[in-house]
Amino acid sequence: MAITRRKFIGWIGAAAGATTLTAVNSHGASNKEFKGHPQSVGVLHDATRCIGCRLCEAACNTVNEMPAPDKPFDDLSVLDTLRRTTEKTHTVVNKFQPTAGGSPLFAKKQCNHCMEPACASACFVKAFQKDKTGAVSYDASLCVGCRYCMVACPFGIPTYEYDEPLTPRVLKCTMCLPLIREGKLPGCVEVCPREALIFGERSQLIKQARRRIQKFPDQYVDHIYGETEMGGTNWLYLSGVPFSEIGMREDLGTTSAPELTAGALSAVPMVVGLWPVFLTGAWAISRRKEKIAAEEKAKAIEETLNSAAEDTRKQLDDQRKKLTREKESAIAFEIKKALAEAQQKAEEELKAAAEQKAAAEKATEPVDQSTVPPEEDK
Amino acid sequence: MQYVKPLVGKIKPTPFNIITGAIIIMGIFLTIARFAGGLGTVTNLDNNNPWGLWIGFDLLCGVALAAGGYVTSATCYIFGLKRFHSAVRPAILTAFLGYALVVFALNYDVGRPWRLPYPVFFSQGTSSLLFEVGLCVFLYLNVLFIEFTPAVLEWLGLKRARDIVMKLTLVLTIFGVVLSTLHQSSLGALFLIAPSKLHPLWYSGYLPIYFFISSIFAGMSMVIFEGSLAHRFLHDKMDETHLSESQGVSMGFAKAASFIMMGYLGIKLIGLAIDNNWHHLFTGWGAWFLVELVGFVALPSFLYAIAARDKNLKLVRVASVLAVLGVVLNRLNISLVAFNWHLPSSQRYFPSWMEIATSIFIVTLGVVFYRFITTHMPVLYEHPDYRHDH
Repeated sequence: MAITRRKFIGWIGAAAGATTLTAVNSHGASNKEFKGHPQSVGVLHDATRCIGCRLCEAACNTVNEMPAPDKPFDDLSVLDTLRRTTEKTHTVVNKFQPTAGGSPLFAKKQCNHCMEPACASACFVKAFQKDKTGAVSYDASLCVGCRYCMVACPFGIPTYEYDEPLTPRVLKCTMCLPLIREGKLPGCVEVCPREALIFGERSQLIKQARRRIQKFPDQYVDHIYGETEMGGTNWLYLSGVPFSEIGMREDLGTTSAPELTAGALSAVPMVVGLWPVFLTGAWAISRRKEKIAAEEKAKAIEETLNSAAEDTRKQLDDQRKKLTREKESAIAFEIKKALAEAQQKAEEELKAAAEQKAAAEKATEPVDQSTVPPEEDK
Repeated sequence: MQYVKPLVGKIKPTPFNIITGAIIIMGIFLTIARFAGGLGTVTNLDNNNPWGLWIGFDLLCGVALAAGGYVTSATCYIFGLKRFHSAVRPAILTAFLGYALVVFALNYDVGRPWRLPYPVFFSQGTSSLLFEVGLCVFLYLNVLFIEFTPAVLEWLGLKRARDIVMKLTLVLTIFGVVLSTLHQSSLGALFLIAPSKLHPLWYSGYLPIYFFISSIFAGMSMVIFEGSLAHRFLHDKMDETHLSESQGVSMGFAKAASFIMMGYLGIKLIGLAIDNNWHHLFTGWGAWFLVELVGFVALPSFLYAIAARDKNLKLVRVASVLAVLGVVLNRLNISLVAFNWHLPSSQRYFPSWMEIATSIFIVTLGVVFYRFITTHMPVLYEHPDYRHDH
């Protein structure tokens, strides 16, 4: 069930609730799969119906109150050069010559309003918000002007006011969020004369697109661009030729931008948590080694000193023992000598006493006494 | 050696002063042009190429080459290699000046520089890697400032304040390594969000690790390189400790850098293998990739090893220049050369002369500040009052 302008008024009552809800952050690291805000809206661009009239560009210019272009919007020679969005043009229609020949093809380019926007994920001041309606909006009052959103956007959409010296803004399609909130259609959808653009709930637009592919399999490539690209976008595309032939990249993959950086972001708390532990540990180990080395050194010195003292003591001891021994032997010798002398003396005295006694006995017999020779002559 | 010098002596018309003076005057004119006319007046940036030389060189190279601060202080204070002590202060000074100039340069690049505190204080975009970079750079700049204050306090003779800061050394060093690990790697992780724009040879899920590991040898090589410059031009400001330790510092870092660069080479090859990007090597982009990897990583790594074995200081210095150039080349390749590689050459970016001149102006400011500080404060020598204090 696609919703054109005619059906839109009835539909808006249901959507009004969703549109008034506040915006939420894009998701960081998580194992939860985000499947888009329920009932978020979007636009289906059927490129096979686009005739390159540039009315959408003109309407966009009016709605967003942008300066008049160098060449008027009814000048279709502009289509001869491949263009991208600029700070003065939020949407551009490009012309492509099909490789198989035939009449030229056209495709409109603007912000795809990713379900998980790279710009919002990349913004370091939350200037980009994914609204519950599906629109990705920008708040210039927060923007620092770092232009990381432009680096991050896989579709090359955000633009910057490079010539604005003090208050440059990042500019891109807003899906006409103010109009949607008023219950109106985005400017480009409103004006499209061929219904190459239809506005509605994203889930309904996907069903509608699938029905078209099933009904006219020869007219369409069997792919809805934006259903899964970069995690899915709220702007969806149908084409009769491979999308790369109408200037759309087919190599973007299905991983959303936040998922691409989730791993790196999730490593941050681990570094904060573990690095101080590891580093303090490394410091403590080197400190401990220093301490042990110092202790071992001190011990070695002590041991050296101790052993030196021991040696000296031993030497002294030996010396002392030796001296003592010598002294003792000297004393023993002297004693022995003294004893020997004493003994000899005693013997001599005994002998002398005996002689005296004998002499005394001889004196009592005078005859005998004169015949006895003196002791000295013996 | 003279420890107290007049704040600003008579400025003599030496070739150095004339050239730096001319560059600074030109820088003032460019500053006026930038803030009067907007980025469009002075840069070649456009909607397809939102980041140019001021991000690729001033931010990415500036931060990588200022890694000497955390590498040297971690070597000395955490891993306990005390013979690197005399290299810590000059490395901290270079890092502080480097980061200060990175932030200064950002004022030229972002649209509304007075809002630079917004991500930290006002509206935190926590899902952004740029938020992480911003927060860490902001905190680390403060850490580096505190780490450098002892030199200033010694110069001013404020002994008690100096002793208090010295007690914080270990905590500050650990904090510095944590913050550096985070923002060095996050600068690489900035590009994870754009696999469709960066050439597959440079894009890898390992980008944050590549940036962190390469910052380690970038820091070591810068310490060696700056050491050789300082020896040439500021020899009279160095004391005996600095002079006697500096060869050991260069040799030690040469060995370490050689080893780490071999590891880096290994993980770069693992990155190629894991994404099966070998076939890209046989294209023009592959040749350029090999120039970076072989000529500016493998070669300096090899030269470092030879020089360390032979104790050849001259060769160490040659290798350090190659290694520094290699890191610059890597950062420029990722942010400028291989970024938007899919665009036709007419939509590719090349910096305007004014962008290049502004970058030269900012580097010149760094050199002038370094010279002023090293001629006035105890950086390359120890203050006589604190000589036996560590």
